Amino acid sequence: MGNCVNFHFDIDGDNFTSAGEASVRIKKSLREMGFTPDVIRRVSVAMYEGEINMVIHANGGTADVNVYVDKIEIILADNGPGISNIELAMQEGYSTAPDNIRSLGFGAGMGLPNMKNYTDDMKIESEVGKGTTVFMTVNV
Amino acid sequence: MTVKEMSEKLSLKVICMPDGDREVSGGYAGDLLSWVMGRAKSGDAWVTIMSNLNIIAVASLADPSCIILSEGVALDEAVRARAESQGVNVLSSELDTFALCAKIAKEI
Repeated sequence: MGNCVNFHFDIDGDNFTSAGEASVRIKKSLREMGFTPDVIRRVSVAMYEGEINMVIHANGGTADVNVYVDKIEIILADNGPGISNIELAMQEGYSTAPDNIRSLGFGAGMGLPNMKNYTDDMKIESEVGKGTTVFMTVNV
Repeated sequence: MTVKEMSEKLSLKVICMPDGDREVSGGYAGDLLSWVMGRAKSGDAWVTIMSNLNIIAVASLADPSCIILSEGVALDEAVRARAESQGVNVLSSELDTFALCAKIAKEI
């Protein structure tokens, strides 16, 4: 597997306006490490969508990013309400976000589809009442 | 055309322009942030009426060349300061989104 650089972030579930700070920091770190703009954009957008989801639905959580030479793994974990129907949640346009979130420009039902489209592999493990963990990989 | 050149040519108001030499390679209009992140391309001029703090994070990650606020939408000082610190160009126009996009399209 070779050398790996790890980043860990706690995502604050109470502060919607600061959501995205972890993604912006990852973007800067990846740029300093010399990754291409395309890889940086894919990782940071997928991670931002996940951050936003955790803030909207799960009162925050944690984000871990493992950077290898040939791939970048993003693991987002929360103790929120869980997703009862993952297949439905993955459909473009499906959203359970409340109106106050929609008024900010989110809740279009594009978050999970964007995360899937921007990554090479994505898995969701979720249990209703316990939480959700999303595993994403972007190949370099 | 650079962001600075476009701002002059289209008489756009400069809210902050930390990277005015950035090349404008295309355009995208939209207010749903996930939609913008999924569809806008790096280098696009992004036209929107949204002005909350989240647009700066979206711009920082999706990497448009600038945000252009249409319809005379104003930006809070806190949002402007965040844009400046993140290196995000923000311009504005009194034109509505359609009219503004039509003008941009003629120039790029």
